[in-house]
Amino acid sequence: MRQRRISGIVHRRGPRHVLMRGLLFAILLLFCAYYLVPLVVMISTSLKSLAEIREGSLLSLPQGLDFSAWATAWGSACVGVRCDGLEPYVWNSVLMTVPAVAISTFLGALNGYALTKWRFRGADWIFALVLFGAFIPFQVVLLPMARTLGFLGLAGTVPGLILVHTVYGLAFTTLFFRNFFIGVSNGIVQAAMVDGAGFFGIFFRVVLPMSIPAIVVTVIWQFTQIWNDFLFGVAFTIGDSNPVTVALNNVVNTSTGVKQYNVDMAAAIIAGLPTLAVYVIAGAYFVRGLSAGAIKG
Amino acid sequence: MVSGIRLENLRKSFGGNEVIKGIDLEIEPGEFVVLVGPSGCGKSTLLNMIAGLETLGGGHIHIGDKVVDDVPPRDRDIAMVFQSYALYPTKTVRENITFGMQTRRIPKELQKSAVEEFSALLQIHAYLDRKPGQLSGGQRQRVAMGRALVRKPEVFLFDEPLSNLDAKLRIEMRTEIKKLHQRLGKTIVYVTHDQIEAMTLASRIAVMDNGHVRQFADPTTIYEHPVDLFVAGFMGSPPMNMLPGHLRRRDGRTVVTAPSDDSPDALHFPLPDRLANRLDQPDGHEVVLGLRPETIFRAGSELPGDERFTFKRPVSVVEPTGPDTMIVFEIGATELIARVRPEDASKPGTPFDFEVDMAKAKIFDAKTGLHL
Repeated sequence: MRQRRISGIVHRRGPRHVLMRGLLFAILLLFCAYYLVPLVVMISTSLKSLAEIREGSLLSLPQGLDFSAWATAWGSACVGVRCDGLEPYVWNSVLMTVPAVAISTFLGALNGYALTKWRFRGADWIFALVLFGAFIPFQVVLLPMARTLGFLGLAGTVPGLILVHTVYGLAFTTLFFRNFFIGVSNGIVQAAMVDGAGFFGIFFRVVLPMSIPAIVVTVIWQFTQIWNDFLFGVAFTIGDSNPVTVALNNVVNTSTGVKQYNVDMAAAIIAGLPTLAVYVIAGAYFVRGLSAGAIKG
Repeated sequence: MVSGIRLENLRKSFGGNEVIKGIDLEIEPGEFVVLVGPSGCGKSTLLNMIAGLETLGGGHIHIGDKVVDDVPPRDRDIAMVFQSYALYPTKTVRENITFGMQTRRIPKELQKSAVEEFSALLQIHAYLDRKPGQLSGGQRQRVAMGRALVRKPEVFLFDEPLSNLDAKLRIEMRTEIKKLHQRLGKTIVYVTHDQIEAMTLASRIAVMDNGHVRQFADPTTIYEHPVDLFVAGFMGSPPMNMLPGHLRRRDGRTVVTAPSDDSPDALHFPLPDRLANRLDQPDGHEVVLGLRPETIFRAGSELPGDERFTFKRPVSVVEPTGPDTMIVFEIGATELIARVRPEDASKPGTPFDFEVDMAKAKIFDAKTGLHL
């Protein structure tokens, strides 16, 4: 409720202080450049023509804005033998990521709620086992998972990939929500019980509306993990059902013809844009959610 | 119809550790019962068991004429006010208050009129559309009470509802809770560790310690006739002085000698006949003499009475509180507190003439702690 101001803290003045400030900002600028230069190079390269790329240096700016590489990457670049660009694969990724994020976040919230607010014998053991799932390297589960998908008839399909990501996301989503709910006063749940609400009534009408900060964190995490996943995508899908990460690899690693760096760069940015957008949109909401959630129950 | 509550040999353990050790309590309809005791005595667990938020380890609970052992909280016709208020942070004050009625599918018009009625009573109508986060502690407390009152249950349970408020607000809300009880006449079970809250609110107090109810009686009885040293020491602020000594028969009178017989400055507190005649303990029996601070004052400062005893001791510490001044002094190794008028106080180190009203003295057995 009452926040301590930290902007008013007294500090030293004088030339030494100015010098140290200058140094501080110089170092910060250096770090900014370290992270931003690759992005700048990617964007500027994607806007150049092939001739410009051959003649100019890596850091030189494009002479004009040429979006043809973007159009190619989106609509006509060759992925393997199919030359329809990244578009169909972006949709594959969307169709896979959105349900997988939604289902795993929802189940994680339900798990966290049950593990903290409806304590039962062995709850800590179950949580420890769930947590164990967060430490399993994905390579280990490739074969058993492939057999399972085959058994379920989901091998090589987008729904199969949704199942895989939901299952492996549960460890993290459960962890996030469990840690969030442990800080939520038990009194609120007890009050709702006395008020006549049941397990799901309390979950949907009392607990879930309180957990927006946890939902945002989990969605950012899960979206990034699932959208950027390459291993499961390449292992469990084939050709037309590939997610965009796999398709991008196939565009860039083509062994025929001239290397079209501008198309490669545009394709890489297209593949990375959704995660960036989630960070920007949800991140702002996340900060607001944090400060709104900082009241005591 | 107002319901009473009957607890029958209640037990509860947490992981092999028994916290409620067989409690029997009969609460009359419309009574205001306060469960009081130090932290960890099991009072909140007991309240949660009555609410149905904690399963029973043994025994039975009757609310009205029903056995509710296996009835979930929502069907017990109770309402509860929690220590941390436990308001729903994402709901407005109005939604907080009506949530219980929503889950019970009570018609909208009835909900509306109930909110009107109780928001006027509790003076919360000005912020019905705010969220709990925008309210002060006292306002949240009122909302929490509104949420409990609005359903008009037969039994109200309060779990240390005032402990998060500042001192001034606590006294205000205390009076308000008492007024509400007088007005509504419903049965209330109220948990607190604050003995003043217990004294001011209760029609009967259950003093709890270590999973047992030590004494269950009205506030005056608890204060004037505590059954043992624990109850005597817990109720009252500053607490009752507990002076260990020996029972002696001297010159046809029964006295308590403290600190010991061979001490050069031993005091012999003469017991009133009414008390002495009751005692059949042998000469030299170890006892504890209980003297409330307000029964010790400056010699001659009160109207003379029958059973008075005067003695001289140096003052060790003086603690003014405003209306009274506490004087700390020593008899042997025991520190005692006298409550004197501010103008009677004296400087630390100076000798002071004390007078004790022995008619109010209590005698406890040093071994068993029981009142004799």
